[in-house]
Amino acid sequence: MIHTIAFYLFATLVVASGAITILARNPVHSVLWLILAFFNAAGLMVLVGAEFIAMLLVIVYVGAVAVLFLFVVMMLDIDFAELRAGFIKNFPLGMLVAVVLLCEIVLGVGAYRAGALHLGTPDGSAATAVGVSNIKAIGTLLYGRYLFLFEAAGVILLVAMIGAIVLTHRQRSDTRGQNISRQIARRPDEATVNVKPEVGKGVSL
Amino acid sequence: MTAFFQSLGMNYEWAWFVSTICGILLIALPLMLGVAMIIYADRKIWAAMALRRGPNVVGPFGLLQSFADGLKVFLQETIVPSASNKILFLIAPIITFTVALMAWAVIPFNSGAVLADINVGLLYVLAISSLGVYGVVIAGWASNSKYPFFSAMRASAQMISYEVSIGFILICVVLWAGSFNLNEIVADQKGHVFGILNGYAFNPLLFPMWVMFLISGMAETARAPFDLTEAESELVAGYQTEYSSMAFALYWLGEYANVLLMCTLNAVLFFGGYLPPLDLPFLYIVPGFVWLLAKILFFFFVFSWVKATVPRYRYDQLMRLGWKVFLPVSLGFVVLVSGYLMFTRYG
Repeated sequence: MIHTIAFYLFATLVVASGAITILARNPVHSVLWLILAFFNAAGLMVLVGAEFIAMLLVIVYVGAVAVLFLFVVMMLDIDFAELRAGFIKNFPLGMLVAVVLLCEIVLGVGAYRAGALHLGTPDGSAATAVGVSNIKAIGTLLYGRYLFLFEAAGVILLVAMIGAIVLTHRQRSDTRGQNISRQIARRPDEATVNVKPEVGKGVSL
Repeated sequence: MTAFFQSLGMNYEWAWFVSTICGILLIALPLMLGVAMIIYADRKIWAAMALRRGPNVVGPFGLLQSFADGLKVFLQETIVPSASNKILFLIAPIITFTVALMAWAVIPFNSGAVLADINVGLLYVLAISSLGVYGVVIAGWASNSKYPFFSAMRASAQMISYEVSIGFILICVVLWAGSFNLNEIVADQKGHVFGILNGYAFNPLLFPMWVMFLISGMAETARAPFDLTEAESELVAGYQTEYSSMAFALYWLGEYANVLLMCTLNAVLFFGGYLPPLDLPFLYIVPGFVWLLAKILFFFFVFSWVKATVPRYRYDQLMRLGWKVFLPVSLGFVVLVSGYLMFTRYG
Protein backbone atom coordinates (compact mmCIF):
# COMPACT_ATOMS: atom_id res chain seq x y z
CA MET A 1 0.00 0.00 0.00
CA ILE A 2 2.78 2.40 0.99
CA HIS A 3 4.36 1.64 -2.39
CA THR A 4 1.25 2.84 -4.20
CA ILE A 5 0.93 5.96 -2.07
CA ALA A 6 4.60 6.80 -2.63
CA PHE A 7 4.31 6.20 -6.37
CA TYR A 8 1.31 8.47 -6.78
CA LEU A 9 2.89 11.11 -4.56
CA PHE A 10 6.14 11.18 -6.54
CA ALA A 11 4.44 10.85 -9.94
CA THR A 12 1.96 13.64 -9.22
CA LEU A 13 4.74 15.90 -8.00
CA VAL A 14 6.90 15.16 -11.05
CA VAL A 15 4.09 15.99 -13.47
CA ALA A 16 2.89 19.01 -11.50
CA SER A 17 6.33 20.53 -11.00
CA GLY A 18 7.17 19.79 -14.63
CA ALA A 19 4.06 21.71 -15.68
CA ILE A 20 4.81 24.62 -13.38
CA THR A 21 8.39 24.70 -14.72
CA ILE A 22 7.10 25.83 -18.08
CA LEU A 23 4.22 27.90 -16.71
CA ALA A 24 6.15 29.90 -14.10
CA ARG A 25 6.69 33.54 -15.04
CA ASN A 26 9.96 33.90 -13.16
CA PRO A 27 12.87 31.89 -14.65
CA VAL A 28 14.40 31.31 -11.20
CA HIS A 29 11.12 29.77 -10.04
CA SER A 30 11.16 27.65 -13.18
CA VAL A 31 14.59 26.25 -12.33
CA LEU A 32 13.53 25.54 -8.76
CA TRP A 33 10.44 23.66 -9.96
CA LEU A 34 12.66 21.75 -12.38
CA ILE A 35 14.86 20.76 -9.44
CA LEU A 36 11.79 19.50 -7.59
CA ALA A 37 10.85 17.47 -10.68
CA PHE A 38 14.36 15.92 -10.80
CA PHE A 39 14.21 15.11 -7.13
CA ASN A 40 10.84 13.39 -7.38
CA ALA A 41 11.97 11.49 -10.47
CA ALA A 42 14.82 10.19 -8.29
CA GLY A 43 12.16 9.07 -5.82
CA LEU A 44 10.42 7.14 -8.61
CA MET A 45 13.73 5.48 -9.52
CA VAL A 46 14.18 4.34 -5.94
CA LEU A 47 10.67 2.84 -6.04
CA VAL A 48 11.51 0.64 -9.04
CA GLY A 49 14.71 -0.50 -7.33
CA ALA A 50 17.19 1.54 -9.38
CA GLU A 51 18.76 3.23 -6.37
CA PHE A 52 22.09 3.81 -8.09
CA ILE A 53 20.48 5.72 -10.96
CA ALA A 54 18.41 7.67 -8.44
CA MET A 55 21.50 8.77 -6.52
CA LEU A 56 23.30 9.67 -9.76
CA LEU A 57 20.28 11.71 -10.82
CA VAL A 58 20.42 13.70 -7.60
CA ILE A 59 24.22 14.09 -7.59
CA VAL A 60 24.62 15.02 -11.26
CA TYR A 61 21.41 16.86 -12.14
CA VAL A 62 20.26 18.33 -8.86
CA GLY A 63 23.68 18.77 -7.29
CA ALA A 64 25.66 20.06 -10.25
CA VAL A 65 23.74 20.82 -13.45
CA ALA A 66 20.78 22.57 -11.83
CA VAL A 67 23.07 24.59 -9.58
CA LEU A 68 24.79 25.91 -12.69
CA PHE A 69 21.39 26.63 -14.30
CA LEU A 70 20.37 28.53 -11.20
CA PHE A 71 23.72 30.31 -11.12
CA VAL A 72 23.30 31.54 -14.68
CA VAL A 73 19.58 32.33 -14.50
CA MET A 74 20.00 34.35 -11.31
CA MET A 75 22.63 36.52 -12.94
CA LEU A 76 20.58 37.17 -16.05
CA ASP A 77 18.88 40.52 -16.28
CA ILE A 78 15.65 39.39 -17.86
CA ASP A 79 13.32 41.73 -19.66
CA PHE A 80 9.89 40.09 -19.50
CA ALA A 81 8.38 42.25 -22.24
CA GLU A 82 11.08 41.14 -24.65
CA LEU A 83 10.47 37.51 -23.70
CA ARG A 84 6.78 37.86 -24.50
CA ALA A 85 7.55 39.54 -27.81
CA GLY A 86 9.48 36.43 -28.87
CA PHE A 87 6.50 34.25 -28.02
CA ILE A 88 4.54 34.90 -31.24
CA LYS A 89 7.63 34.52 -33.41
CA ASN A 90 8.65 31.17 -31.91
CA PHE A 91 5.11 29.83 -31.51
CA PRO A 92 5.11 27.60 -34.66
CA LEU A 93 8.46 26.08 -33.73
CA GLY A 94 7.22 25.42 -30.20
CA MET A 95 4.07 23.76 -31.53
CA LEU A 96 6.19 21.56 -33.80
CA VAL A 97 8.29 20.35 -30.86
CA ALA A 98 5.13 19.78 -28.82
CA VAL A 99 3.54 17.70 -31.60
CA VAL A 100 6.68 15.58 -31.96
CA LEU A 101 6.79 14.96 -28.20
CA LEU A 102 3.08 14.09 -28.17
CA CYS A 103 3.62 11.59 -31.01
CA GLU A 104 6.47 10.02 -29.07
CA ILE A 105 4.33 9.63 -25.96
CA VAL A 106 1.48 8.08 -27.96
CA LEU A 107 3.95 5.76 -29.69
CA GLY A 108 5.49 4.78 -26.35
CA VAL A 109 2.12 4.05 -24.73
CA GLY A 110 1.06 2.14 -27.85
CA ALA A 111 4.21 0.00 -27.79
CA TYR A 112 3.73 -0.67 -24.10
CA ARG A 113 0.09 -1.67 -24.63
CA ALA A 114 1.09 -4.00 -27.45
CA GLY A 115 3.38 -5.78 -25.00
CA ALA A 116 6.39 -5.24 -27.19
CA LEU A 117 8.43 -3.61 -24.47
CA HIS A 118 11.52 -5.70 -23.73
CA LEU A 119 14.10 -4.09 -21.51
CA GLY A 120 17.59 -5.19 -22.49
CA THR A 121 18.03 -8.12 -24.85
CA PRO A 122 15.02 -10.18 -25.95
CA ASP A 123 16.27 -13.32 -24.16
CA GLY A 124 16.63 -11.33 -20.95
CA SER A 125 20.33 -12.08 -20.59
CA ALA A 126 21.11 -8.44 -19.83
CA ALA A 127 18.46 -8.16 -17.14
CA THR A 128 19.63 -7.79 -13.56
CA ALA A 129 19.87 -11.06 -11.70
CA VAL A 130 18.01 -11.23 -8.40
CA GLY A 131 20.21 -10.49 -5.39
CA VAL A 132 22.85 -8.58 -7.35
CA SER A 133 23.16 -4.97 -6.29
CA ASN A 134 22.51 -2.21 -8.83
CA ILE A 135 26.08 -0.99 -8.81
CA LYS A 136 27.53 -4.46 -9.42
CA ALA A 137 25.10 -5.15 -12.25
CA ILE A 138 25.75 -1.83 -13.98
CA GLY A 139 29.49 -2.15 -13.43
CA THR A 140 29.61 -5.64 -14.92
CA LEU A 141 27.68 -4.47 -17.97
CA LEU A 142 29.53 -1.21 -18.53
CA TYR A 143 33.03 -2.56 -17.95
CA GLY A 144 32.38 -5.95 -19.50
CA ARG A 145 29.96 -6.23 -22.38
CA TYR A 146 29.81 -2.56 -23.33
CA LEU A 147 33.40 -1.65 -22.48
CA PHE A 148 34.32 -0.16 -25.86
CA LEU A 149 31.08 1.78 -26.23
CA PHE A 150 31.55 3.12 -22.72
CA GLU A 151 35.12 4.15 -23.42
CA ALA A 152 34.04 5.76 -26.69
CA ALA A 153 31.50 7.81 -24.74
CA GLY A 154 34.26 8.79 -22.35
CA VAL A 155 36.53 9.91 -25.19
CA ILE A 156 33.71 11.95 -26.75
CA LEU A 157 33.09 13.69 -23.43
CA LEU A 158 36.80 14.39 -23.04
CA VAL A 159 36.95 15.92 -26.52
CA ALA A 160 33.87 18.01 -25.77
CA MET A 161 35.42 19.23 -22.54
CA ILE A 162 38.74 20.15 -24.13
CA GLY A 163 36.86 21.79 -27.00
CA ALA A 164 34.83 23.93 -24.61
CA ILE A 165 37.98 25.01 -22.79
CA VAL A 166 39.84 25.80 -26.01
CA LEU A 167 36.89 27.79 -27.39
CA THR A 168 36.38 29.90 -24.29
CA HIS A 169 39.99 30.32 -23.27
CA ARG A 170 41.53 33.69 -24.03
CA GLN A 171 44.79 35.22 -23.03
CA ARG A 172 44.21 38.53 -21.31
CA SER A 173 47.02 41.01 -21.17
CA ASP A 174 45.12 43.80 -19.43
CA THR A 175 44.77 42.03 -16.09
CA ARG A 176 47.37 41.17 -13.53
CA GLY A 177 47.18 37.52 -12.53
CA GLN A 178 48.24 35.97 -9.26
CA ASN A 179 51.49 34.04 -9.40
CA ILE A 180 51.05 31.84 -6.37
CA SER A 181 54.52 30.29 -6.31
CA ARG A 182 56.14 33.73 -6.46
CA GLN A 183 53.87 34.94 -3.67
CA ILE A 184 54.82 31.98 -1.49
CA ALA A 185 58.54 32.38 -2.25
CA ARG A 186 58.49 36.03 -1.16
CA ARG A 187 60.38 36.76 2.07
CA PRO A 188 59.94 39.77 4.40
CA ASP A 189 63.42 41.17 3.78
CA GLU A 190 62.87 41.49 0.04
CA ALA A 191 59.37 42.91 0.43
CA THR A 192 60.05 45.57 3.03
CA VAL A 193 62.75 48.15 3.46
CA ASN A 194 63.63 49.83 6.71
CA VAL A 195 64.55 53.51 6.42
CA LYS A 196 65.26 56.15 9.00
CA PRO A 197 64.45 59.47 7.32
CA GLU A 198 65.65 62.74 8.75
CA VAL A 199 62.93 64.85 10.33
CA GLY A 200 61.11 66.88 7.70
CA LYS A 201 62.73 65.08 4.76
CA GLY A 202 60.47 62.11 4.10
CA VAL A 203 61.38 59.18 1.89
CA SER A 204 61.22 58.55 -1.82
CA LEU A 205 59.85 55.15 -2.79
CA MET B 1 13.41 -2.20 16.27
CA THR B 2 10.69 -3.26 13.81
CA ALA B 3 10.56 -6.65 15.51
CA PHE B 4 9.97 -4.98 18.90
CA PHE B 5 6.95 -3.08 17.64
CA GLN B 6 5.68 -6.21 15.90
CA SER B 7 5.79 -7.98 19.26
CA LEU B 8 3.46 -5.27 20.57
CA GLY B 9 0.83 -6.62 18.18
CA MET B 10 1.28 -4.32 15.16
CA ASN B 11 1.38 -5.64 11.62
CA TYR B 12 4.66 -5.33 9.74
CA GLU B 13 3.90 -2.12 7.86
CA TRP B 14 2.79 -0.22 10.94
CA ALA B 15 5.68 -1.57 13.00
CA TRP B 16 8.12 -0.44 10.30
CA PHE B 17 6.51 2.98 10.15
CA VAL B 18 6.55 3.53 13.90
CA SER B 19 10.09 2.21 14.31
CA THR B 20 11.35 4.47 11.53
CA ILE B 21 9.73 7.51 13.16
CA CYS B 22 11.30 6.51 16.47
CA GLY B 23 14.68 6.05 14.75
CA ILE B 24 14.46 9.51 13.19
CA LEU B 25 13.66 11.06 16.57
CA LEU B 26 16.42 9.04 18.23
CA ILE B 27 18.92 10.56 15.80
CA ALA B 28 17.51 14.08 15.37
CA LEU B 29 16.87 15.00 19.00
CA PRO B 30 20.33 14.05 20.37
CA LEU B 31 21.80 15.68 17.27
CA MET B 32 20.08 18.98 18.04
CA LEU B 33 21.25 18.78 21.65
CA GLY B 34 24.73 17.91 20.37
CA VAL B 35 24.67 20.89 18.03
CA ALA B 36 23.76 23.21 20.92
CA MET B 37 26.64 21.85 23.00
CA ILE B 38 29.06 21.87 20.07
CA ILE B 39 28.38 25.56 19.44
CA TYR B 40 29.29 26.16 23.08
CA ALA B 41 32.42 23.99 22.68
CA ASP B 42 33.38 25.85 19.52
CA ARG B 43 33.18 29.20 21.29
CA LYS B 44 35.08 27.88 24.31
CA ILE B 45 37.90 26.41 22.20
CA TRP B 46 38.12 29.52 20.12
CA ALA B 47 38.20 31.67 23.25
CA ALA B 48 40.88 29.50 24.89
CA MET B 49 43.12 29.84 21.85
CA ALA B 50 42.64 33.60 21.86
CA LEU B 51 43.37 33.70 25.65
CA ARG B 52 39.81 34.72 26.44
CA ARG B 53 37.26 33.11 28.73
CA GLY B 54 34.45 32.57 26.26
CA PRO B 55 30.84 32.10 27.43
CA ASN B 56 30.91 31.73 31.24
CA VAL B 57 27.84 33.48 32.59
CA VAL B 58 24.73 31.41 31.75
CA GLY B 59 24.71 28.22 33.80
CA PRO B 60 27.76 26.48 35.27
CA PHE B 61 30.84 27.28 33.09
CA GLY B 62 28.43 28.94 30.67
CA LEU B 63 27.10 25.52 29.62
CA LEU B 64 23.61 26.86 28.98
CA GLN B 65 24.79 29.69 26.71
CA SER B 66 23.51 28.04 23.52
CA PHE B 67 20.08 27.51 25.03
CA ALA B 68 19.94 31.13 26.14
CA ASP B 69 20.90 32.19 22.61
CA GLY B 70 18.26 29.84 21.20
CA LEU B 71 15.60 31.38 23.45
CA LYS B 72 16.74 34.85 22.45
CA VAL B 73 16.38 34.27 18.70
CA PHE B 74 13.12 32.40 19.26
CA LEU B 75 11.61 35.45 20.93
CA GLN B 76 12.85 37.84 18.26
CA GLU B 77 10.62 39.22 15.55
CA THR B 78 10.93 37.56 12.15
CA ILE B 79 11.71 40.34 9.72
CA VAL B 80 11.06 39.65 6.05
CA PRO B 81 12.49 42.39 3.81
CA SER B 82 9.74 43.99 1.73
CA ALA B 83 11.78 43.70 -1.49
CA SER B 84 12.47 40.02 -0.95
CA ASN B 85 10.81 37.06 -2.59
CA LYS B 86 8.89 36.10 0.53
CA ILE B 87 8.17 32.42 -0.03
CA LEU B 88 11.66 31.54 -1.18
CA PHE B 89 13.13 33.73 1.55
CA LEU B 90 11.39 31.56 4.16
CA ILE B 91 11.94 28.24 2.38
CA ALA B 92 15.73 28.68 2.11
CA PRO B 93 16.62 28.19 5.80
CA ILE B 94 14.22 25.25 5.95
CA ILE B 95 16.10 23.60 3.06
CA THR B 96 19.47 24.10 4.78
CA PHE B 97 18.19 22.69 8.05
CA THR B 98 16.35 19.72 6.54
CA VAL B 99 19.24 18.72 4.31
CA ALA B 100 21.64 18.92 7.25
CA LEU B 101 19.51 16.38 9.11
CA MET B 102 18.77 14.08 6.14
CA ALA B 103 22.28 12.76 5.60
CA TRP B 104 22.40 11.29 9.11
CA ALA B 105 20.02 8.51 8.02
CA VAL B 106 22.85 6.33 6.70
CA ILE B 107 25.49 6.95 9.40
CA PRO B 108 26.23 3.74 11.36
CA PHE B 109 26.40 4.55 15.08
CA ASN B 110 27.29 1.00 16.05
CA SER B 111 27.58 -2.32 14.29
CA GLY B 112 24.25 -2.49 12.44
CA ALA B 113 22.81 0.49 14.33
CA VAL B 114 21.82 2.55 11.30
CA LEU B 115 18.45 3.99 10.32
CA ALA B 116 18.70 3.10 6.60
CA ASP B 117 21.21 0.36 5.82
CA ILE B 118 21.17 0.99 2.06
CA ASN B 119 23.60 -0.28 -0.58
CA VAL B 120 24.34 3.20 -1.92
CA GLY B 121 24.92 4.81 1.48
CA LEU B 122 27.98 6.82 0.50
CA LEU B 123 26.34 8.03 -2.73
CA TYR B 124 23.33 9.07 -0.63
CA VAL B 125 25.61 11.17 1.59
CA LEU B 126 27.20 12.74 -1.48
CA ALA B 127 23.77 13.43 -3.04
CA ILE B 128 22.37 15.03 0.10
CA SER B 129 25.45 17.13 0.77
CA SER B 130 25.23 18.43 -2.79
CA LEU B 131 21.74 19.74 -1.97
CA GLY B 132 23.06 21.89 0.85
CA VAL B 133 24.11 24.60 -1.56
CA TYR B 134 20.49 25.39 -2.44
CA GLY B 135 19.72 26.80 0.98
CA VAL B 136 22.51 29.32 0.53
CA VAL B 137 21.87 30.14 -3.13
CA ILE B 138 18.12 30.60 -2.71
CA ALA B 139 18.67 32.75 0.38
CA GLY B 140 21.10 34.93 -1.53
CA TRP B 141 18.72 35.43 -4.41
CA ALA B 142 15.48 35.76 -2.43
CA SER B 143 16.94 38.38 -0.09
CA ASN B 144 17.19 40.76 -3.06
CA SER B 145 20.20 42.43 -1.53
CA LYS B 146 23.71 42.70 -2.90
CA TYR B 147 25.80 41.12 -0.13
CA PRO B 148 23.70 37.96 0.16
CA PHE B 149 23.78 37.70 -3.61
CA PHE B 150 27.58 37.87 -3.76
CA SER B 151 27.68 35.29 -1.02
CA ALA B 152 25.34 32.97 -2.92
CA MET B 153 27.52 33.21 -6.05
CA ARG B 154 30.60 32.42 -4.01
CA ALA B 155 28.90 29.55 -2.21
CA SER B 156 27.69 27.82 -5.36
CA ALA B 157 31.13 28.04 -6.99
CA GLN B 158 32.94 26.92 -3.85
CA MET B 159 30.72 23.98 -2.98
CA ILE B 160 30.65 22.58 -6.52
CA SER B 161 34.44 22.85 -6.78
CA TYR B 162 35.11 20.91 -3.61
CA GLU B 163 32.40 18.34 -4.21
CA VAL B 164 34.33 17.16 -7.27
CA SER B 165 37.46 16.32 -5.32
CA ILE B 166 35.42 14.89 -2.43
CA GLY B 167 33.81 12.57 -4.97
CA PHE B 168 37.20 11.28 -6.13
CA ILE B 169 38.42 10.87 -2.54
CA LEU B 170 35.34 8.84 -1.69
CA ILE B 171 35.91 6.66 -4.77
CA CYS B 172 39.34 5.71 -3.36
CA VAL B 173 37.68 4.61 -0.11
CA VAL B 174 34.94 2.75 -1.97
CA LEU B 175 37.49 0.95 -4.15
CA TRP B 176 39.35 -0.23 -1.09
CA ALA B 177 36.25 -1.28 0.83
CA GLY B 178 34.56 -2.79 -2.23
CA SER B 179 31.22 -1.38 -1.09
CA PHE B 180 29.17 1.80 -0.93
CA ASN B 181 27.49 0.67 2.28
CA LEU B 182 28.86 2.67 5.23
CA ASN B 183 28.42 -0.24 7.62
CA GLU B 184 30.51 -2.48 5.38
CA ILE B 185 33.12 0.25 4.90
CA VAL B 186 33.56 0.48 8.67
CA ALA B 187 33.65 -3.30 9.06
CA ASP B 188 36.33 -3.53 6.36
CA GLN B 189 38.59 -1.19 8.34
CA LYS B 190 38.92 -3.68 11.21
CA GLY B 191 42.62 -4.53 11.57
CA HIS B 192 43.31 -2.76 8.30
CA VAL B 193 47.01 -2.01 8.87
CA PHE B 194 49.30 -4.71 10.38
CA GLY B 195 46.12 -6.42 11.56
CA ILE B 196 45.99 -4.11 14.56
CA LEU B 197 45.23 -0.54 13.45
CA ASN B 198 41.57 0.13 12.65
CA GLY B 199 41.14 2.77 9.98
CA TYR B 200 42.01 3.60 6.41
CA ALA B 201 43.90 6.73 7.48
CA PHE B 202 46.78 4.52 8.71
CA ASN B 203 47.16 3.15 5.19
CA PRO B 204 49.97 5.05 3.40
CA LEU B 205 48.01 5.14 0.14
CA LEU B 206 44.86 6.52 1.77
CA PHE B 207 46.45 8.84 4.33
CA PRO B 208 46.89 11.72 1.81
CA MET B 209 43.25 11.18 0.83
CA TRP B 210 42.21 11.68 4.45
CA VAL B 211 44.19 14.93 4.72
CA MET B 212 42.51 16.20 1.55
CA PHE B 213 39.10 15.04 2.77
CA LEU B 214 39.56 16.97 6.01
CA ILE B 215 40.46 20.16 4.16
CA SER B 216 37.75 19.69 1.52
CA GLY B 217 35.27 19.08 4.33
CA MET B 218 36.10 22.46 5.80
CA ALA B 219 35.61 24.07 2.40
CA GLU B 220 32.39 22.17 1.77
CA THR B 221 30.85 23.25 5.08
CA ALA B 222 32.22 26.79 4.55
CA ARG B 223 34.12 26.71 7.83
CA ALA B 224 37.10 28.95 8.47
CA PRO B 225 39.58 29.31 6.75
CA PHE B 226 37.20 28.83 3.80
CA ASP B 227 34.25 30.82 5.17
CA LEU B 228 34.21 33.20 2.23
CA THR B 229 30.43 32.93 1.95
CA GLU B 230 30.07 34.84 5.21
CA ALA B 231 33.32 36.78 5.29
CA GLU B 232 32.24 39.58 7.61
CA SER B 233 34.91 42.02 6.47
CA GLU B 234 33.68 41.82 2.86
CA LEU B 235 30.05 40.68 2.85
CA VAL B 236 28.57 41.78 6.23
CA ALA B 237 27.17 38.34 7.14
CA GLY B 238 26.96 36.83 3.67
CA TYR B 239 23.73 35.07 2.79
CA GLN B 240 22.46 35.46 6.36
CA THR B 241 22.56 39.26 6.27
CA GLU B 242 18.81 39.75 5.91
CA TYR B 243 17.80 36.94 8.26
CA SER B 244 16.67 37.28 11.82
CA SER B 245 14.97 35.22 14.48
CA MET B 246 14.24 31.53 13.89
CA ALA B 247 15.16 31.66 10.20
CA PHE B 248 18.63 32.72 11.26
CA ALA B 249 18.67 30.05 13.97
CA LEU B 250 17.84 27.36 11.39
CA TYR B 251 20.93 28.38 9.40
CA TRP B 252 22.96 28.31 12.54
CA LEU B 253 21.80 24.83 13.55
CA GLY B 254 22.04 23.49 10.00
CA GLU B 255 25.57 24.77 9.58
CA TYR B 256 26.80 23.13 12.76
CA ALA B 257 24.90 19.91 11.99
CA ASN B 258 26.78 19.89 8.67
CA VAL B 259 30.09 20.40 10.43
CA LEU B 260 29.27 17.52 12.78
CA LEU B 261 28.37 15.40 9.75
CA MET B 262 31.76 16.12 8.17
CA CYS B 263 33.50 15.17 11.43
CA THR B 264 31.45 11.97 11.52
CA LEU B 265 32.34 11.15 7.91
CA ASN B 266 36.02 11.64 8.74
CA ALA B 267 35.61 9.20 11.60
CA VAL B 268 33.51 6.68 9.69
CA LEU B 269 35.45 6.64 6.41
CA PHE B 270 39.02 6.99 7.62
CA PHE B 271 39.21 6.21 11.34
CA GLY B 272 37.09 3.09 11.71
CA GLY B 273 33.81 4.70 12.87
CA TYR B 274 32.48 2.77 15.83
CA LEU B 275 35.58 0.53 16.04
CA PRO B 276 38.25 1.32 18.65
CA PRO B 277 41.49 2.71 17.19
CA LEU B 278 43.40 -0.50 17.95
CA ASP B 279 42.06 -3.97 17.21
CA LEU B 280 42.59 -5.28 20.77
CA PRO B 281 39.85 -7.39 22.44
CA PHE B 282 39.64 -5.42 25.70
CA LEU B 283 38.99 -2.17 23.84
CA TYR B 284 35.71 -3.62 22.54
CA ILE B 285 34.32 -3.50 26.11
CA VAL B 286 33.64 0.19 25.49
CA PRO B 287 30.45 0.45 23.38
CA GLY B 288 30.89 1.38 19.73
CA PHE B 289 28.99 4.65 19.79
CA VAL B 290 31.30 5.93 22.54
CA TRP B 291 34.28 5.44 20.24
CA LEU B 292 32.41 7.12 17.41
CA LEU B 293 31.46 10.05 19.64
CA ALA B 294 35.06 10.39 20.86
CA LYS B 295 36.30 10.50 17.27
CA ILE B 296 33.64 13.03 16.23
CA LEU B 297 34.61 15.28 19.14
CA PHE B 298 38.29 14.94 18.26
CA PHE B 299 37.64 16.00 14.68
CA PHE B 300 35.44 18.84 15.84
CA PHE B 301 38.31 20.01 18.00
CA VAL B 302 40.53 19.95 14.90
CA PHE B 303 37.93 22.01 13.00
CA SER B 304 37.79 24.58 15.83
CA TRP B 305 41.56 24.59 16.11
CA VAL B 306 41.89 25.40 12.42
CA LYS B 307 39.19 28.07 12.70
CA ALA B 308 41.05 29.73 15.57
CA THR B 309 44.51 29.68 14.00
CA VAL B 310 44.38 29.82 10.19
CA PRO B 311 43.62 33.15 8.46
CA ARG B 312 40.89 33.27 5.84
CA TYR B 313 41.80 32.28 2.28
CA ARG B 314 41.62 34.68 -0.60
CA TYR B 315 38.95 33.69 -3.10
CA ASP B 316 41.36 32.94 -5.97
CA GLN B 317 43.48 30.84 -3.59
CA LEU B 318 40.40 28.86 -2.63
CA MET B 319 39.54 28.13 -6.27
CA ARG B 320 43.16 27.31 -7.08
CA LEU B 321 43.37 24.85 -4.20
CA GLY B 322 40.18 23.11 -5.31
CA TRP B 323 40.75 22.87 -9.04
CA LYS B 324 44.52 22.96 -9.49
CA VAL B 325 45.70 21.02 -6.45
CA PHE B 326 43.00 18.76 -5.01
CA LEU B 327 41.35 17.71 -8.27
CA PRO B 328 44.51 16.46 -10.07
CA VAL B 329 45.97 14.89 -6.92
CA SER B 330 42.75 13.06 -6.01
CA LEU B 331 42.34 11.94 -9.61
CA GLY B 332 45.90 10.64 -9.55
CA PHE B 333 45.22 8.77 -6.34
CA VAL B 334 42.14 7.11 -7.86
CA VAL B 335 44.44 5.73 -10.57
CA LEU B 336 47.10 4.78 -8.01
CA VAL B 337 44.70 3.06 -5.62
CA SER B 338 42.83 1.18 -8.33
CA GLY B 339 46.14 0.13 -9.91
CA TYR B 340 47.47 -1.11 -6.58
CA LEU B 341 44.28 -3.05 -5.89
CA MET B 342 44.33 -4.47 -9.42
CA PHE B 343 47.79 -5.95 -8.88
CA THR B 344 47.36 -7.11 -5.28
CA ARG B 345 43.72 -8.02 -4.82
CA TYR B 346 42.25 -8.84 -8.20
CA GLY B 347 45.43 -10.04 -9.94
